[in-house]
Parts: sequence; structure tokens; C-alpha cells
Amino acid sequence: MDKNPSLNLLDRPNSYIGRSLSREGAKRAVAGRGRYTDDISLPRMLHAAFVRSPYAHAKILAVNVDEARQQPEVALIMTGKELREMCTGPWIGTLTSFEGMKSAPQYPMAVERACWQGEPVVMIVASTRAVAEDAAELVVIDYEELPVTADKETALDAESSVIHPELGDNLAFRKTIDCGDVEKAVAEADVVIEETFEFGRHTAVSLETRALLADYEPTDGHLTIYTSSQVPHMIQAVFARTLGVAEHKVRIIAPDIGGSFGLKIHTYGDEVATTAASIKLGRPVKFIADRLESFLTDIHARENRVWGRIAVSKEGEIKSLEIDVLSAAGAYSQFPRTSVFEANQILNITGGPYKHKHYRAKAEVVYLNKVPTSQYRAVGHPIGNSVGEALVDRAAEACGIDALEIRRLNVMEDDQYPRISAAGINMQDMSHQQCLEQLAKNMNYNALRLEQDKFRKEGIQRGIGIAAFIKGTAPGPAGYYGTGGAPIASQDACTIKLEPSGGVICLVGVTDQGQGVDTVMGQIAASAMGIPIESVRVIEGDTDAVPYGGGTYASRATAIGGEATYQAALLLRSEILSIAGALLQAEANTLDIVNGNVVNKADETFRISLSEIGRIGHFQVAELPNHIQPTLSATYRFRLQDALYIFTNGIQGAYVEVDTDTGFIKLLNHWVVEDCGRVISPQLADEQVRGGCVQGIGGALYEECVYNETAQLQNGTLADYLTPMAGEMPDINVYHIETPTSLSELGAKGVGESGTGAAPAALMNAVNDALRPFNSYVTDQPMTPETILQALGKV
Amino acid sequence: MSEENCEITLTVNGEILTKIVKVRQHLVDFLRLELGLTGSHLGCEHGICGACSVRVDGSVVRGCLMLAVQADGTDVMTIEGLTETGEISDLQKHFVDRNALQCGFCTPGMLMTLAELLRKSKPSSRAEIREHISGNYCRCTGYHAIVDAVETTINDRLGDN
Repeated sequence: MDKNPSLNLLDRPNSYIGRSLSREGAKRAVAGRGRYTDDISLPRMLHAAFVRSPYAHAKILAVNVDEARQQPEVALIMTGKELREMCTGPWIGTLTSFEGMKSAPQYPMAVERACWQGEPVVMIVASTRAVAEDAAELVVIDYEELPVTADKETALDAESSVIHPELGDNLAFRKTIDCGDVEKAVAEADVVIEETFEFGRHTAVSLETRALLADYEPTDGHLTIYTSSQVPHMIQAVFARTLGVAEHKVRIIAPDIGGSFGLKIHTYGDEVATTAASIKLGRPVKFIADRLESFLTDIHARENRVWGRIAVSKEGEIKSLEIDVLSAAGAYSQFPRTSVFEANQILNITGGPYKHKHYRAKAEVVYLNKVPTSQYRAVGHPIGNSVGEALVDRAAEACGIDALEIRRLNVMEDDQYPRISAAGINMQDMSHQQCLEQLAKNMNYNALRLEQDKFRKEGIQRGIGIAAFIKGTAPGPAGYYGTGGAPIASQDACTIKLEPSGGVICLVGVTDQGQGVDTVMGQIAASAMGIPIESVRVIEGDTDAVPYGGGTYASRATAIGGEATYQAALLLRSEILSIAGALLQAEANTLDIVNGNVVNKADETFRISLSEIGRIGHFQVAELPNHIQPTLSATYRFRLQDALYIFTNGIQGAYVEVDTDTGFIKLLNHWVVEDCGRVISPQLADEQVRGGCVQGIGGALYEECVYNETAQLQNGTLADYLTPMAGEMPDINVYHIETPTSLSELGAKGVGESGTGAAPAALMNAVNDALRPFNSYVTDQPMTPETILQALGKV
Repeated sequence: MSEENCEITLTVNGEILTKIVKVRQHLVDFLRLELGLTGSHLGCEHGICGACSVRVDGSVVRGCLMLAVQADGTDVMTIEGLTETGEISDLQKHFVDRNALQCGFCTPGMLMTLAELLRKSKPSSRAEIREHISGNYCRCTGYHAIVDAVETTINDRLGDN
């Protein structure tokens, strides 16, 4: 008998696993028929605009809305104080899983004090956005400016203003890891190198800005919210709890999403205010952030200073690693996911690919009068990888060892899992060695080094950068959110149903923002069921339809939601075979489903179609024996057990040319070899990696939210905040090693953030490789032309 | 007309329309809000991102930098109209097949811009394709797949000729 049907199902010749299929959503999008939140209009709909604090820190003395209120077509003006009256209580952005963490109570709009430039203070709701903005200009607010804490370096100094006096100081969180004996390792090492690195503040810049349309029905108390969100159930829980609406009466619909990248897993005060306006007015109210508001209010990320020290033997063996992280948050810790994950992840993953036993790490997260920071694609990884990989390169140089060779010496061996890293992370099913050798082959590494030498002789400075990495994906419930007290599901679920027609409906808690989550779930369900992909329809992004789940964040959709879909499909398949057995008077285990029909397992002879099972199961149930009551549906919930994450691994290579006169960097080529376990849809996985790399490259080269000393954002437009455009970006060579995770039957790990996590590290190493003849090092990102020229001592 | 409103007559996707518009309304707000043509998107409203690109009298313009009243007497083509003409149906198919889009928010503007490139008599290199779309911001794809899709379209068209 078939002892392990799952493996057979995945490996069958007609399986959809491992095949590249096109996405249905893509067909709509290219025809201009996408349906994003702002494309939805409802009868009697109103529009919200906000008056925002022009100061980074100011007391609100008086708010005068009299003139604004008298404007025609203005339906509602609400102050922060008035909104507070509608809230069940303030948010406090802490999780108990981060011991000792503290944050001040926060309301969706500023009440007595504004703590960052852009914090919403007054909401205007009117017939159109333009009318609302006109009225907003008539609102008069008296502010008293307060001292501003703008610099993370001095935020903990006694002279610095404490943003929230009740907290005692500006410290949000402190964490240390001390494993082994770093002092001894350093004392005994042949080479010790230390360096300090700076990382600028970024933001996600999804092309579709934050968007929400709230529609409260006062007669029955139902609240429907259309919103550009990755996490519908979290939004349901947080909005319902904040505004005192029963959670089960709140429906969250996430239509097409115009980019998210972690930006849209968070709660924003202006969106809660818009929802409150709909409740107050009993009319639909829409809020679409404009680009300037986005820069001032979307979560920021990445602003960190990291000191690091590496100790190695003269043969190049890494003995110890140390880091000290100063992480800049905003004025509050973001509710409910906090602002300390970035620092926490830097501690978790720095030096993660390597075998060293001694590791010491410390992080302090400090509050500043800036936009709150929180999770953004590849949380912490661009920083941890950049620091760890830069130090490894410097050690290699000091030992006279090639950059690839020192990694070959030090990466964890492919046959030595499970094991625990020096940071205390459980590692399993990884493939650093295979990835490294594959990268060398794909880059044609030795030939590339020769080419580099040839150009160097001609006075052209080219550099090759390598960065090995690990990436935490698909966090489990043992870790942070649920354990820490936040209403965020780490499990995810699929409900799958056989319709009378023989079609299959798959309802999933994970959500799609263009990655192709729906396509991937369809491939998994069709493969597990043994039906054509055309018979499957996947529904996501509607809390009224799908089982409770966490949505899409932290590269979890395929790894967690995919396994749930796989197991749910197996359950439904099993029920269908039982019903078929009863109808055909055959043992269910002698039957199989192939191409949408029940067949004899032995010879694939046709027995009965799924549409016939569907017809009988729904309409002609009398044909079945009484002990069979078909449900023709199954729900499966999957969660990681014990493991904190499903860690993935990989390695990237970058090839650049640096113009030492102008400081401009030209990207010549970029390679990624990564291991996301079983690849369900190769083209979709490739494109996640490519897009992710470019997002990482953007941060490494161009992007930074620049603030002045009074914490005023200096570059809040797309003309001033530079993002990567097509002309400067290289083609990206992507390759997958497939080591299925042993934590699920499907074997898929996360893939969405691996590009972003290590591209900056590879790029910084490549730039420094190009600058090596000048004994110059770049340690700051973004690596602007000015940074390069400073490193060269030219400016 | 008051000083706030103005009557305009223009052709949109082949249909002649006369509308009274607010003089301060930009072209894409007019297309989206007054005509329900939601295929043109707003990403920045300051002329950088290219999501609002539409064709006016045969040239691609930033719909957020042009007022609706400036479109009086012009021939405007949006992604909806361009799709119906079939002018770029091959490019659209290659976009889908190559997964040259993820969230799809930049895609209509990207396609409007690329339609202009495909009208050129001389085939474009990858570098020229990249240069041509350097005013269209895409956060998802990293551009590589877009360049592939365009290149395939160009090669197919050369093969057909």
C-alpha cells in the first residue's frame, strides 16, 4: 500500500509543484482592470484629510476649527481629544516576549502633545479630498514647541529631553547575548578587526500608498473596511478592540494591493480615525495617503549604528564575533508589533552562516521624535549581514585569504544539522556549502577575479563582493507575537471545499500582494487533490470568507499557509475517495484521483468524476449509505512546533565598478544562490528574489530619510528620496538549491526577503573590494557618491 | 462657467466627451473620478513615479502634471483604451507570461511608456529598454523581468516581419 502518499502526490508527473504558472491577477493588472482600494467607491462616500503636526515635538495649546467647520460640504471635524473619547484605551506598543521593554501610551491622533512631525492632530471629513484639504488649511492650532530628541547617539544622555517623562529615559529596549568566551577568543586570535557601521533610515515606498475605506452600518453595527493590508485579521482585531466594536461584526477586505513590503502589516492612527469617522457618521469614509503623508507617517526602518569586532586565526578560522547595536526607533513603539524587532534580528542573525562558538551582542533601542519604526522587508537582515560580511572580508584581507575561500573555511557544514548557532538559533536543513560552490560556478569566480585584475591594471576599479546569509522566515507561535500578547496569528489555515460542479474553492488566511500567493496555493491544492489547476479557485483577503489566519508577513505565506493548504487538500481528497468507495463498492485505498477523476489506483481506469461526486454529495445524498454524511470540505491549521523560525540560507555575489573621481557606482552583475526549500513556482520565487535584491540595493545605494537637528524630514518627496530605477539596476542571476524543511511535509521555506536581506552586504563588500588599492573603506549606507569620495579622502 | 469650473471637450479612448471640470483638477483625477477609468494610478502626484502615464495626442504624459482643462481638444488614451485597440496585446501577454509585474500598480503606466518604445522603428537593446522606463518606478520586480518581457516582444515582432 501507499505508505507515504504525500511525497508521491508532490512528485507525480502531472504535479503542479515546481512548475511556473502565470497569475490571474496579472492578467487583470495589465489590462488596467486591477481593483485597488482607491478604485472602490460607495454611495454617500466621504473623504478624510488630516492636519498634521509641523513640529517634531510640541504641546497642543489650542485647536480652533470654527472656520473649517463652516465650510460647505464638510461633514465632520474630529480632534485627537474627540477621537480619544471613542477609543477603548491607548495603545502600548510592547510585547511581553521582549523582557524589560517599555513604551508610552499612544492614541491614534495626538491629544495633548505631538511627538513627531506628521503625527495626525485633526481630521477633516468632507465630500471630496480637495474640499477636506481646503478646510484643513483653515484649522488653527496653537503649539508650544518642546525640546526635540533627534539624534540616537545622544538620546540616552542626561542632557537630552526625555520624550515620555513617565518612562524615565528614552530607552525602549536593551538586549544582550553572551555565548562562549569572547574575551579569551580575542586574546588568543592572530587577527582582530573592529569597525563601526552606520545605516540610514529607510521607508518602504510602496507605489500604492496606504489606503482605507471604512463603511459602518449603524442599523446593525456591522463594520466593513476595505484596506490595502497584508494582515486582515490583525486589522480586524486591532480596529475592533480600539474602537469598541465586536470583532465578529468587523469585516476586513483586502482588495488588490499595490505593494506592501511589511509597510502594510501595521496599524496607523489616521486609518483608525477614518474608521471612527465612518462609525460616527454612518457613512463610508475613505482615506488615501498622499506621497508626502506617506514619507511622514509610514513606518520607517533600518536606522542603526553597529560596532563590530571579529577575531580570526591566521589561517582564517573565525574565532569570535561581537556587535554593539544602537537602534533608532520613533516617538512610540509601533503597536502592536513593536519597534524592537530590527535590533533583535540583528542580534539573531549577524555571523549566522558561520561555525564560530564565541559571540557577544548587545542592542539598545532608543526613542526619537521621529516617525515610529517597525518591520520592513527583511527586518534587521540587511544590517546584520552587512556588518558580519564586511568584517569577514576585512579578516580575509588581513589573513591574505580570498573572500570566497574564507567563507568556504567557515560556513556550517551541510551535513552537520540540526545545530545551534553562536547566537543561540536552531539551524536545520541548510546548505551553505552547496550554495557557495554553486555561486562560484555561476559567477565564474576565478575568471571574474582575473578580469578584475586586468581592469585594475588599466586604472578601472572593479570590485567583487560576496555575502553569505541566513534568513529567518515563517515565525512560529513559540516566538514573539502570540506569546507576547498581540492579536496576531502565527498559525495559518485553509478551508477547502468541493462544489457541486466538481470545482474546488480554497479559502486561505494568507494574503496576496502580487507575489502570487493565490497561484501558489492553487498549485499546492491542485497537486494534493489530483485535479487540474483550472478547477481550483483561491480566495484570500476577506475575513468574512477565509479561516482565521495571520496573513502575509515575514516570508510565511508559502511555508505556513502552503502547508495548511496542502494538508486541507489531502483531507478533502481522502473524503472524496471514501465517498467514491461507498458509491462504487470499492475500498477507498484502491482508488486515486487523477486529473479530476476518481480512477483505479492500479491501472488509472476511470471510475467516477469529481463533478459526479459533487452532484451526489450535495444534491443526491440519498444515493449514499446513511453512515456517510458528506461535508465535502476540510479545514486544516498549521503552525510551527517548537521552532522560532524556518531559517533559510544562501549567498549573493555583486560585481561593481567604482568611478574614483565621481564616486559613482555602476552595478555590473549580481548573483544569488539561495535555498528556500521546495520551490513551488520557480518563476515566482525567482522574481521575489530579484525584486528583493533591488529593494536591498536601493537601501544600500540611494535611500535615506534625511532629518535635520530639529527632526524635520528634509526629503519627503520621490524627487528627493531616491529609489532604484531601471536604468541603474543590473540583471540578477538567481539559482535555487532545494533542501526541503523538515518542519513541514511540503518542505517549503520562505523566499520573499532573501534578496533584500543580503544584497546590501554583497554590494558593500564589492565596493570595498574596488577601493582596496586605495586602502579605503566605506562603512556607511547608503553608499552615496559623497560617501565614496569621503572614504577616498577626496572631499 | 464660474472661475472654478470650465467646460472641456475631448476624446477619451475614442469617445468624444463634453464635461464640466474643476479647473484645479488634474487629468488623472478627472479620468478616475469623473469617468471611472481607474486603470491610471496615482503614486506620487509630483511627476516622478510614472504610474499615472497616459497618452495625450500620441505622446506619453504624466497625468498628474497636466490639468484636465489642458486636455480640452486633445485625444486621450488610457490603459483601458490601449488594451481595447490591441496595440500592445503581445506585450501584455509577455508581461503575464514572464511575471513582469507583481502588485501591478505601476503596470498601466509602464505599459503606456513601453507602447511608445515599441513604436520606434529601430529595435531597442536591454540598456535602451532600461533607459526608456527609467521614469517609471516599480518597487516589486527589480525591473529584470520587465526588460525580458519587452525584449521578447521586440524579438517576436522582428520575427513576424
